[in-house]
Amino acid sequence: MLDVKTQDLEVNMGPQHPATHGVMRVLVRTDGELVTGAQPHLGYLHRAAEKIGENVEWLQYLPYTDRYDYLAAMNNNLGYSLAVEALMDIEIPRRAQMIRVICAELNRIASHLVAYGTYGLDIGAFTPFLYAFREREWILMLFEKICGARLTYSYIRIGGVFNDAPPGWLDEIGHFCDVFEDKWREYVDLLMMNKIFVERTAKVGVISKEMALDFGLTGPMLRGSGVDFDLRRDCPYMIYDEIWQAGAYEIPVGTGEQGVLGDSWDRFYVRVQEMLESLKIVRWCLANIEEGPTIGELPKTLKVPAGEAYVGIENPRGELGHYVVSDGGKVAVRCRVRGPSFVNLAVLEDLLPNTLLADTVAIIGSTDIVVGETDR
Amino acid sequence: MNNGNIFLDLLVRFAPEGTPSWLLDLSAAGVGVGILVAMVSVIAMFCVWMERKVAGHIQCRYGPMYVGGWHGWAQSIADGVKLLLKEDMIPIGADRPLFVLAPALVLGSIFAALAALPLAPGVFFADIDLGLFFILAMSSMTTIGVVMAGWASASKWTVYGAMREAAQVVAYEIPLGISLMVPLIVAGTFNLNEASALQSGWYGMHWYIFQNPFVLPAFALFFISALAETKRAPFDLPEAESELVAGFMTEYSGIRWSFFFMEEYAAMFLMSVVAAVFFLGGFESPFTSLARDVFGEQHFLASLTAGLVLLVKAFGGIFLMMWLRWTLPRVRIDQVMTMGYKYLTPLALLCVLGASIFEALWLGVA
Repeated sequence: MLDVKTQDLEVNMGPQHPATHGVMRVLVRTDGELVTGAQPHLGYLHRAAEKIGENVEWLQYLPYTDRYDYLAAMNNNLGYSLAVEALMDIEIPRRAQMIRVICAELNRIASHLVAYGTYGLDIGAFTPFLYAFREREWILMLFEKICGARLTYSYIRIGGVFNDAPPGWLDEIGHFCDVFEDKWREYVDLLMMNKIFVERTAKVGVISKEMALDFGLTGPMLRGSGVDFDLRRDCPYMIYDEIWQAGAYEIPVGTGEQGVLGDSWDRFYVRVQEMLESLKIVRWCLANIEEGPTIGELPKTLKVPAGEAYVGIENPRGELGHYVVSDGGKVAVRCRVRGPSFVNLAVLEDLLPNTLLADTVAIIGSTDIVVGETDR
Repeated sequence: MNNGNIFLDLLVRFAPEGTPSWLLDLSAAGVGVGILVAMVSVIAMFCVWMERKVAGHIQCRYGPMYVGGWHGWAQSIADGVKLLLKEDMIPIGADRPLFVLAPALVLGSIFAALAALPLAPGVFFADIDLGLFFILAMSSMTTIGVVMAGWASASKWTVYGAMREAAQVVAYEIPLGISLMVPLIVAGTFNLNEASALQSGWYGMHWYIFQNPFVLPAFALFFISALAETKRAPFDLPEAESELVAGFMTEYSGIRWSFFFMEEYAAMFLMSVVAAVFFLGGFESPFTSLARDVFGEQHFLASLTAGLVLLVKAFGGIFLMMWLRWTLPRVRIDQVMTMGYKYLTPLALLCVLGASIFEALWLGVA
């Protein structure tokens, strides 16, 4: 008899690994190709954003919000602005609200395009990534026109938006919407309905409804498991309620069409569908936007009345919550951020065991985390 | 006078009287190897450039456009020079002899396999009666090099890559070999030159896929197996950069890494030529037939046409492989195994059976 001692192979996936979408480390224990345990390690990108929030003035903190979920900076700006505005007695002009919604939804499309493309990369398909970036580039160009930045916008700010849209910008958005709808069909054909892609993602990383609720998942992760919950409709902020009442958009929910409800394919499906829904919201705004001011009356030195406020908004990745406390001064007493990626990440430890190594990559990709936000 | 090697024939013709024959053999071998290495390197470099252009155009971009002027034709040469000048790095924990040997073995065996390829009817480096056997045996040797590289690199990712390669090649060598049996049943020879010449009827369209209804499905099986054998997408699991960083070649850099890279393209060329010879008519096409009629059977231009026809067919196959790579996602290891053992192998066996029965009954060869 051979006396061979075997043990599981422990391997560090990351912090420098193409599948971890940034500097995250997953300590994977494997038995051959089979993953027997996994432990995500965070903190490589920690920049103490919340502490900075307690030390800089209200308006000065805005650029820091750009940097947690750098793929959806408009939404981050919006979340922080809404939280601060909740403490203030300020009226946001209607045109500013419209532009905010247009920017936030376009940014959602751009963010989901990255999710779409990088998930293709994780599964081994290169070409969809470049197709997705082609349209994302267009959105970034449009953002550049309105605020001068491509990634860290700081455009949506306390009181409204930084400036009005340049002439012709709204028409360009309309043109983009028309073209994007055609391109969107390409995405569906090229990757989402590809036989190999479906085989790789269906029935992989299944999150049941109960599990999704237990882990506090939000965003496409939650809706992929069949829970019909979207903050834009169920906890409305700004003019989203009005848009919902007008019937401009729907909330896509996972159906388990290709496999089991709540598998990786469902989460991907929800993201791809959401791009189209965001497009509808943008179209509604374009149809209903009016001339007017784009920023409310703000004092020269911004002092926020004492109090505390929590506002959660629907980020592309889930509920981005800002909890701000003010003592009436120029600086926040507490500026807490609830990052959706951070909360969604927790489910990995339960999902990864007893999958194959390639599935590990597929599951991490399907959570669509942005490490800048998990660590902040 | 035909010794089965054009260089030897030429040398014998021009050498002074009394030159010992071993010297002639040695010089002929040296010249042959030199030309072979140069030819394969050029083909591999061209393939790299072609891959980048094909990928570029599939992905709505141009690919290389600057180096050399016209559509970046010199990009591969520039990259090759860069790789040559890079620092030669061997990881501290690596098994040095194996680490150094592995890329040489990989490239050497693929070169050896390419030696059996015919360049034009009657023009070849080595006219081997069991040519196909030799090619398959030699191209399987690359697997040993890959496993060696993975093990010697002393990295966990490379070991994964090596194990995947071993499992995958074992699974796909079987359907690859069996599906090649089908045209062999029709042809009755392992020799690539003879196999090609047997398809010259019907104005150059008497290809094996048209001779027997079971050769066409066998071709599909062969092509899929060849993709897996050459580690091309969707079966590029040994490299799988999104999972295994770069698989078995994670720790390699510089010119050693480029050996693996060149091997991949040389293997693609090899498999495409084998496919062309044993399924798609080899040298034969209406053009070849026409050139023979116009210039005469033995004329230089007829041979050139035949060689070009084979080259075009080979690059057609390579283009198809590139097209697939830039379109399809990667399959998972269990799906690769399932496909190899449960579908491809039985189907290939069925094709062999069908082709044999067809040959025996319809053509009365029994």
